[in-house]
Amino acid sequence: MSQIHVTTKINGDETEFLCGPEETLLDVLRDHLGMTGTKEGCGTGDCGACSVTVDGRLVCSCLMLGAEAEGHEIGTIEGVAKGDELHPVQKKFLDHAALQCGICTPGFLVAAKALLDRTLEPTEEEVRYWLAGNLCRCTGYDKIVRAVMDTAAELRGA
Amino acid sequence: MRYEAPSSFEEASGLLAGETGVTRILAGGTDVLVQLRSGLVEPDLIVDIKRIPGAKDITRTDDGGWRIGAAVSGAEMGEHAELKAAWPGIVEAVELIGSTQVQGRCTMAGNLCNGSPAADSVPAMIAADAIAEVVGPSGTRDVYVEEIPLGPGRTRLEKGDVIAAIRLPARPERAGDAYLRFIPRTEMDIAVVSAGVSLCLDASGKVLDARIGLGAVGPTVVNAAAAADAIIGTTLDDAAIAAMIEAVATACSPIDDKRGTVKFRTKVAGVLAKRAALKAAERAKA
Amino acid sequence: MALDDRFHNRDFKVVGNRVTRPDGIDKVTGRARFGADMTAPGMLIAKVLRSPHAHARINGIDTSKAEALPGVKAVVTYADFASAHAPDDDNLVNCMAKDKALYDGHAVAAVAAISTAVARKALKLIEVDYEVLPHVTDVDEAMKPDAPVLHEDAQDESVPAGTPKNVVRRYEFGHGDVDAGFAQADKVIERSFRTEAAHQGYIEPHACLASYGSDGRADLWCCTQGQYAVRAMCAGMLGMQASDLRVTASEIGGGFGGKTTVFIEPVALALSRKAGKPVKLVMERSEVFRASGPTASTSIDCKIGMTKDGRITAGRAELRYQGGAFPGSPVEFGAMSGFAPYDLENVQAIGWDVVTNRPKQAAYRAPGAPMAAYAVESVIDELCQELGLDPLEVRIRNCAHEGTLSPYGVTYPKIGLEETLKAVQSHPNWTAPLGPNQGRGVACGFWFNFGGNTCVSLNIDEDGTVSLSTGNPDIGGSRASMSQMCAEELGIPYDRVRCSIADTSLLGYNDVTDGSRVTFAVGLATIKAAQDAIKKMCGRAAAIWGIPEDAVEWEDGCAKPAGPNAGEHPPMSLAEIAAVSSQTGGPIAGHYECNADGAGVSFATHLVDVEIDPETGFTKVLRYLVAQDAGKAVNPDYVEGQFQGGAVQGIGWSLNEEYIYGEDGRLQNAGFLDYRIPVASDLPMIDTVIVEVPNPGHPYGVRGVGETSIVPPLAAISNAVSHAIGKRMTQIPMSPPRIVEALEG
Ligand SMILES: Cc1cc2nc3c(=O)[nH]c(=O)nc-3n(C[C@H](O)[C@H](O)[C@H](O)COP(=O)(O)OP(=O)(O)OC[C@H]3O[C@@H](n4cnc5c(N)ncnc54)[C@H](O)[C@@H]3O)c2cc1C
Ligand code: FES
Ligand code: FES
Repeated sequence: MSQIHVTTKINGDETEFLCGPEETLLDVLRDHLGMTGTKEGCGTGDCGACSVTVDGRLVCSCLMLGAEAEGHEIGTIEGVAKGDELHPVQKKFLDHAALQCGICTPGFLVAAKALLDRTLEPTEEEVRYWLAGNLCRCTGYDKIVRAVMDTAAELRGA
Repeated sequence: MRYEAPSSFEEASGLLAGETGVTRILAGGTDVLVQLRSGLVEPDLIVDIKRIPGAKDITRTDDGGWRIGAAVSGAEMGEHAELKAAWPGIVEAVELIGSTQVQGRCTMAGNLCNGSPAADSVPAMIAADAIAEVVGPSGTRDVYVEEIPLGPGRTRLEKGDVIAAIRLPARPERAGDAYLRFIPRTEMDIAVVSAGVSLCLDASGKVLDARIGLGAVGPTVVNAAAAADAIIGTTLDDAAIAAMIEAVATACSPIDDKRGTVKFRTKVAGVLAKRAALKAAERAKA
Repeated sequence: MALDDRFHNRDFKVVGNRVTRPDGIDKVTGRARFGADMTAPGMLIAKVLRSPHAHARINGIDTSKAEALPGVKAVVTYADFASAHAPDDDNLVNCMAKDKALYDGHAVAAVAAISTAVARKALKLIEVDYEVLPHVTDVDEAMKPDAPVLHEDAQDESVPAGTPKNVVRRYEFGHGDVDAGFAQADKVIERSFRTEAAHQGYIEPHACLASYGSDGRADLWCCTQGQYAVRAMCAGMLGMQASDLRVTASEIGGGFGGKTTVFIEPVALALSRKAGKPVKLVMERSEVFRASGPTASTSIDCKIGMTKDGRITAGRAELRYQGGAFPGSPVEFGAMSGFAPYDLENVQAIGWDVVTNRPKQAAYRAPGAPMAAYAVESVIDELCQELGLDPLEVRIRNCAHEGTLSPYGVTYPKIGLEETLKAVQSHPNWTAPLGPNQGRGVACGFWFNFGGNTCVSLNIDEDGTVSLSTGNPDIGGSRASMSQMCAEELGIPYDRVRCSIADTSLLGYNDVTDGSRVTFAVGLATIKAAQDAIKKMCGRAAAIWGIPEDAVEWEDGCAKPAGPNAGEHPPMSLAEIAAVSSQTGGPIAGHYECNADGAGVSFATHLVDVEIDPETGFTKVLRYLVAQDAGKAVNPDYVEGQFQGGAVQGIGWSLNEEYIYGEDGRLQNAGFLDYRIPVASDLPMIDTVIVEVPNPGHPYGVRGVGETSIVPPLAAISNAVSHAIGKRMTQIPMSPPRIVEALEG
């Protein structure tokens, strides 16, 4: 099986890797690059635990081949905080206790940040629909939705 | 398995035609990767069409219609204000596919070629009388979207065929379309049953022309011509709607499965066709 | 200092605060390591071959072709365990089929190879000679005399002779004379109900990494609700000494009872033993659905009598639960709990445990209780409707109190059920106006809560901070609650305590994180371990001051002289005592172990409004309220989170979640696309009221809160839907086709 050489930027860093043609971006992140913050809950696009951004757009890394990353910019949970400084949505998740077990949390944070990068005035309904591809079995979503709404309010200075 | 990312549809077609084993075209990959994962298919060749110039473009055609490149994602269609204004039913159908994440990748051509009778964009495309621009070993040809599905997982496309774009016709005055599906949740489900309606009205509000596509009521998406006939020439009064619902029921040949029963699908198909027709008419009047 | 286990009123300084959890930063940055996040040098990847048949005799397994495939390092089947274990360990036979495949997805062999691709390929090369047998997946069908039999010898003496063999246990609870009770009633209603099987639906699939050394010692890293239970089960199955197997619990991505047992861990260990290399085994999502431990499906008859003024005169239920291919469905808990919210003179509940060709059930949040509550609370609701009575008033009139004899034989100490009912009654949701096609439902729920084996240690570190070690995986913020209780007892700030989860080599046996036991039992042991350390610190201060030990007391984090003979000494803080500990006798630690008793039972009342689309049967949840007795909410954020999470799991189960088996006995919906757990857009905010009626059996009054919240939703939503459509629903889930059917039927 011949390996494919791929050049990308991950969280702003130029990154090269070799991957098998059948390996997903999720496999590459977790198994080749040691970036295990991105989670696998299903491997088939249903749970959102593997959410990353590609050129700023939210996608499931389990639904994309590693080879498809060539020339694109990937954003993962490891890049959401800037060094020691948490992103506001990360802080709000802690303040609102928007996580219980935490397995869904990286995916939710990447998805929520992608929403907040587009709009700071989402309605509750917009937040709920935007996040509908991220499953959480622990929280019932209440505190997650509040955390995202509250982050939006803080970021728009309300 | 080989992965290729050609730079033209002709090259893509050549690669596919030249491969003796199993092939898959990789548009958004939201069906293909699920199949890979489940081990259902083990392709020998994957041809990624996203690096083909123009494959991600939405453009106006000379006759005032639209040309949507085969790699345009659902999210990109949703963000295109002009397209959305012209074909709100098509865009709402595409936007119903999967989650925000899936929207970032999924395409109309992939939805069509995956061959599911429950594919959301297909009833809307059939209602719109959309055309697929197919590049094959013997050149480029136009095929009506309606003619492509053959059965679950099967299409009439042949070895080496690749859809380069989907074309939507120009809209006359007072035209509108709408698409509705039924799912048990609010998101993340495959349609249990669905209906797309495209129609245009005359100045008095009578339906001049209409097309109705029904999803998940048979082995392929159905063009319910008799149901459309039932509303043409009417003002969508109760009697016309009742006749349409009747014709929809006749057009349905669903199955009982994990997602719904024959009875439920047949009933709800009528409900959705009614609601979609009224919504399309609203839009036509707006 | 003589605090006993019992509740004493006090002013809390740390307990009751909404503190940030200690593992929070790790979990929002992706640094936390879950089951599948661990790797080891030279690690192999394992995959499991699973039966495609619901029921089949295994006449032989030929693994030679798989073994010959380059890159394959080990293949195991049941034979690889056979030498070491007791012959009839259901858990082992569930992890690896013995002579029969008992359900679709039952493991029959496993492979370890250098990559996932090679392991997958190897699975295809294993040849299993199956003789397909007739199967049964439905509980009522399985009880029929001509049903295919799973086990010839699984039935025990509790079952009357001559009962079909798939009926393996019978339970009975209650008191009084139910027939006499029914005779006193003005109205008696009897109905039959069905509930389909649900899955816990944790987002993290089972995952482990096993490393078995040539010295016969092994390390196992896995996501589990109980590392000690994993050690006990795996050591037994592999013929190891407990102390030779060290199990470390990773961060755990949800369990809800489903990770209280083993599925893949013994298999990974056996593969590692055979290959001589570390082996990682991660379930795929479809395997989680097919071959982990969903809950039971049930069929229940329930009969209740009521007087015109709303007094329940008698209740009787017969419950039939199938728990998959082995004995152990939670019907016993169902029979005990269904009527538990009520003070009844005459009550009887009979439970039948039935085996079918489905995966062996595992615990799911208050196992067995939601289904029983569904039947009981539905019939009570219908009686209220028929008699024109207010469903809350009727429940207040009949509800259990301190001193009530429960149907399962226990007399309740102080409980808070009536308080939850009254909290609902005074909540604005109770009087919110309803529109067309809308309905309101109310229901109560009960759960026992457990205590159990617990062992806790804490070290007073030399800088005055505290390292607390507990033995229960933190599944939803328990490290925060333990740190709070530890800080409270020691009288120091929350951020001076660091709680970690010990591996099995470091503490004595701790029961699994289940039965809503951790905040209660581990909290209790933490408080006692802190008291142990306090005692030692008082001793050190006494030595420094040259006064008797009992002349020193602990207050606000300091040792102080107390009593007439103590003399004048400035108080010494915990940090000051710690700083000089090497001169006063060395390090200071506190320790406690117990088999904790006194877990207070917990009750909840739920209120829900729904709206139905009468043309499609779609149900929209408009409002949802949970009122539950927490005893004392150590961390209210996480108590609310438990209320909300449990309620939403119940909503999913009520409306759309179900295991769907085909005619061929194979599971049809082994993925999140068709096993429909609620998504964010399905739901409103979930309102909560934390009721605090202290548990007399815990120093801070804590009751378990984790499970009760899934008990009332099935009934509450069914009652709401029934009112909205004007037809009584008797099957869960109430999927749209079923609602349309009810409307048209
Ligand atoms: C979580 C999840 C939710 C989903 N929800 C929905 C839903 O709600 N509704 C719905 O309809 N679908 C749904 N799907 C299925 C899928 O997302 C859609 O069918 C999507 O439109 C497929 O497009 P794609 O570009 O990703 O196709 P791909 O996976 O790239 O391709 C699909 C098929 O089409 C062929 N193909 C692709 N492009 C071309 C082309 N240009 N010419 C010829 N053949 C081509 C491929 O060979 C392949 O067989 C869901 C999938 C997931 C994972
Ligand atoms: S792992 Fe990618 S969506 Fe679940
Ligand atoms: S916090 Fe556990 S799945 Fe979301």
